[in-house]
Amino acid sequence: MSRPKLAVWKFASCDGCQLSLLSAEDELLTLAAEVHIAHFLEATREVAPGPYDVSLVEGSITTPADVERIQRVREISTTLVTIGACATAGGIQALRNLADVEAYRALVYAHPEYVQTLARSSAIAEHVPVDLELRGCPVEVPQLIEVVSALLAGRKPLIPTHAVCVECKLRGNVCVMVADGTPCLGPVTQAGCGARCPAFARGCYGCFGPMETPNPSALTDRLHAMGVDDPTLVRLFRTFNVDAPAFRTEARRREAIDAGADGRTP
Amino acid sequence: MRSGVMTPTALESLVLLLRDRGYRVVGPQVRDGTIVYDELASTAALPRGWRDVQAPGRAGLERRDDDALFGYAVGASGWKRELFPPRQRLWEAVSDGDASFHVVEAPEPDQPLAFLGVRPCELAAIGIQDRVFLHGLAEDRVYAGHRRGLLLVAVECHAPAATCFCTSIGTGPGLDVDADGVRAAGSAAHATTPAPAVPDLVLTELLDGEHRLLVRAATDEGDDLLAALEHREATTGDLAARAATLEAAQAAIDRHLEVDGLHDLLLGNLAHPRWDDVAARCLACTNCTLVCPTCFCSTTEDTTDLTGEHAYHERRWDSCFTLEFTHTGPASVRTSTRSRYRQWLTHKLATWVDQFDTTGCVGCGRCIAWCPVGIDLTEEVAAIRATDGREVTA
Repeated sequence: MSRPKLAVWKFASCDGCQLSLLSAEDELLTLAAEVHIAHFLEATREVAPGPYDVSLVEGSITTPADVERIQRVREISTTLVTIGACATAGGIQALRNLADVEAYRALVYAHPEYVQTLARSSAIAEHVPVDLELRGCPVEVPQLIEVVSALLAGRKPLIPTHAVCVECKLRGNVCVMVADGTPCLGPVTQAGCGARCPAFARGCYGCFGPMETPNPSALTDRLHAMGVDDPTLVRLFRTFNVDAPAFRTEARRREAIDAGADGRTP
Repeated sequence: MRSGVMTPTALESLVLLLRDRGYRVVGPQVRDGTIVYDELASTAALPRGWRDVQAPGRAGLERRDDDALFGYAVGASGWKRELFPPRQRLWEAVSDGDASFHVVEAPEPDQPLAFLGVRPCELAAIGIQDRVFLHGLAEDRVYAGHRRGLLLVAVECHAPAATCFCTSIGTGPGLDVDADGVRAAGSAAHATTPAPAVPDLVLTELLDGEHRLLVRAATDEGDDLLAALEHREATTGDLAARAATLEAAQAAIDRHLEVDGLHDLLLGNLAHPRWDDVAARCLACTNCTLVCPTCFCSTTEDTTDLTGEHAYHERRWDSCFTLEFTHTGPASVRTSTRSRYRQWLTHKLATWVDQFDTTGCVGCGRCIAWCPVGIDLTEEVAAIRATDGREVTA
């Protein structure tokens, strides 16, 4: 059997997820032996033509050209896996979805008419069917390797969708929220990072996006009772996964509470 | 069986003796602002002079005004992570080329364990897990491997936290040792009270006057250890001090879970609106189950490496709060948090009795303290009891 052909694509992103693949130092040579890395501009200008068995797609859709290009990527890919918060939820650049992009464009560029951009930064799955989404900002190397290993073996990849809390407990971390009163998004965030931040006494900042059945309002109600004010709570949800539905909705809800719009005392 | 009184210095001799005899000694220590159980090289690492302050969703430490070594209630996670490790590779399959392969079994533990500072409620929890893992349909090899040769040094509780309710379950705060064996002291046993795992030594820390430890052997192994440790005869004063300590501990526990009729109460209220109420607050984060010293659920995960020459079969802790837990066939059965919380609580307090003859709760309060949003099972049960819907729904 010939080696499967792998392609890596970039849309609006910082390249960090592609770099994660390159930083898989222990596995990189094995990976290159098991799959034909046919299109990976971050690594090499040598490109083999499609179609490709597996495409890893980094970045969000932010320009009219992106909208066209992702269709083409989908057409020439048997399996399409999005990698990272940009590709799966629009990324941190989806903060633009809350702002007036036209005003920004006019303010920032001398000739805004040269800049082709969309009003929203959107996830790949809003444009084409996606076979699997890998979360994280950036993605975790073990999850990347697991996905490729699973595809090679023809099995389901082991990508848990439960909360980060599970990983904290497996690792033996002491809960930073209970023991220190540190605001932590772990209970509403999908596992995958191995609970890295709580292991260093930091609250989870939600870079893996919402877990399978998130209940962010219960979390923010508690954090508010612990003394975290509404603007801080809104900001907690407006980072790398600002446009992931559960985080977007909760930020709006807290904003409404802060404005007194829901009739509650802010 | 020997008993007597020893100094904190003699306790250090006990730790050294156990280490000399090849045990991996695990005991309480301060880490990250709380008490955890981990390998103990010396009694210098014990949480001397600390008490734990626990409340729903809160756990912290504060200084005591004495040098108590065991002046806290319970550690953040129980002893189960030693006996039932969070992750465990069960076997690995290695390709021999073509279609053949061989299986490499996980090695057996190479060092016996000794736990120092096991609370009466925790002995009950180990007793429950023994029932599940050793005396069920099949013996669990991993658990049995760690449990075999386990040496238990129990310490009666003199500093219960606000989240404790062992007196409701009948699992603490003390331990009586006599010719009939070992049982909880300081609370009344119910029909569903779990029996404690048998400790080898039972300590009582006495803080009146001279700092000392009353010690009682409960097994031949404990008796043999005590024979090797410097100790003196216990006086009536020492015994009176123990009684006063236990009485004070018992009096300090004011959280209550009414056990009477609990099985039928919960199973008769499966449609109670309180389940919706708690589901609105519950994060389904799994913390309650993972800190619970009796929760025993696990899943197995199969993976392969990039070369396809190795396959791994691993077991890890799972929780009835995850979607994957009830994924059968095409979908998960318990999709709502309501159904998952209800499953956890009714199993822990009701159907556990049908399954294993005792309750699954030992009253340690961990699920209350370590719930990030402070959900308190004693409060949930009380709310259901207060508005018992059986007459309405029957």
